[in-house]
Amino acid sequence: MKVRRVGDAALLIETEAPHRVHAAVRRLALPEVVGVVPGARTVLVTVRPGTDVGRLGPLLDDLPLPEIDEVAADPVCFPVVYDGADLDEVAGLTGLSRDEVVARHASAEYVVAYLGFSPGFGYLTGLDEALHVPRRDSPRTAVPAGSVAIAGPYGAVYPTPSPGGWRLLGRTTITLWDVERDPPSLLQPGTRVRFAAERARVRAVPPAGSGPKGTEVTR
Amino acid sequence: MTIEVVRPGPLCTVQDLGRPGYAHLGVPHSGAADAASLRLANRLVGNPEDAAGVELTFGGAALRFHAPAWIAVTGAPVRVSPGAMNAPCHVPAGTTVEFGVPSAGVRTYVAIRGGVDVPPVLGSRSTDLLSGLGPDPLAAGDRLAVGRASEPITVDCAPGYEPEDEPVLRVLPGPRDDWFESLEPLIRGGYEVSSHSNRIGVRLEGRPLVRRRDGELPSEGMVIGALQVPPNGLPIIFLADHPTTGGYPVAAVLTTADLGRAAQLRPGQRVRFRLLAGL
Repeated sequence: MKVRRVGDAALLIETEAPHRVHAAVRRLALPEVVGVVPGARTVLVTVRPGTDVGRLGPLLDDLPLPEIDEVAADPVCFPVVYDGADLDEVAGLTGLSRDEVVARHASAEYVVAYLGFSPGFGYLTGLDEALHVPRRDSPRTAVPAGSVAIAGPYGAVYPTPSPGGWRLLGRTTITLWDVERDPPSLLQPGTRVRFAAERARVRAVPPAGSGPKGTEVTR
Repeated sequence: MTIEVVRPGPLCTVQDLGRPGYAHLGVPHSGAADAASLRLANRLVGNPEDAAGVELTFGGAALRFHAPAWIAVTGAPVRVSPGAMNAPCHVPAGTTVEFGVPSAGVRTYVAIRGGVDVPPVLGSRSTDLLSGLGPDPLAAGDRLAVGRASEPITVDCAPGYEPEDEPVLRVLPGPRDDWFESLEPLIRGGYEVSSHSNRIGVRLEGRPLVRRRDGELPSEGMVIGALQVPPNGLPIIFLADHPTTGGYPVAAVLTTADLGRAAQLRPGQRVRFRLLAGL
């Protein structure tokens, strides 16, 4: 591992195992540490101003790492209605049928690499390579909470309504972000995630072309 | 006891020292952009340093006090009537305090003895303009409750933020200085502060930093004071509401002592950097 200085109150640990380093730093429970933030290949450790970061560096460099199974959070499974606005476009970009896009998205196993963009927004690794498609050229100004989306090598579920440029495949009703909950985010760095196709629930006013009335919810 | 917002000015928000410790869940730090000025204002009225106050952006606000209060105004210097900067001031019940437009700097802080008491979200009363956490920016007619004071007032006045024509901010190189040919553009010539600056970051215009390598940086954690360099080569100084992770390399980071001065940089103003050797 290489430890880089980030100003006078933070260190950046470069590692191929960010979740294990993240867990190991938290286990140390150092009183001067304010935040431990995993990235794609790093862990940022922020400390109280005035801390001697030069002394902290070697300590973090020699950190004994826990096994990944010890630190993995409880797995989460999202039931998804795959009726996203970009499903046809993703099918076109990948040369797959809509059903194949859904099947590939729902059969992969994902891990939350890190969170960012907005509170509770996890970047999920494990997306089928056939589904690696670029972001939309122009982002939407409003993406509803619960939107299941992909972009580049990542999958995600939008935790709150926000602008967004990812390709929308479907939606889930699971709440990802709730400030009254502890922790407020359903997803943590390292959480394992699965998706399961669910058939559309009946709506009060069915949109044109939707399924027959009386469709049962199946998971 | 309540305070009524008669006029919020261009942007008026409740701020304390923010939400540290949630960045791994994507929650920005937030809090007073010039935290040193908020801490000072709180000390002047006998509050804990992390009590919530009001952050004015380019002044222009008016607050009516429905009960007697002690207030302290710090940060970007404005005319306070009735009152003064950098000293505890007693405000009789029914007084409307008017805040002028700052002659220098951007952000003025108003601490009220007892602290602004709005419901905390994740341990903080700060308005976060990136994520939307915390109270909305204040609007005319809003009423703010005030908490209970705990400590006596022990200071008469204090040296506050001192405006500078062309600040020289101290930076430490890295963590990604090796992505650039040289950090020399930072120290030579300086930059002009862009009008597209806000609580998320201060954008700079001037000589771009030149990349030494292509490709994308895998997203990594960001800190307040980071000089993040997007593909156009012009650094953005991250302030309190910066995103928690980012995919552009950080060439250098401000020293903690200079964060407040960065938050007072005004569009059109010039700024330079001084590179400290790695510690």
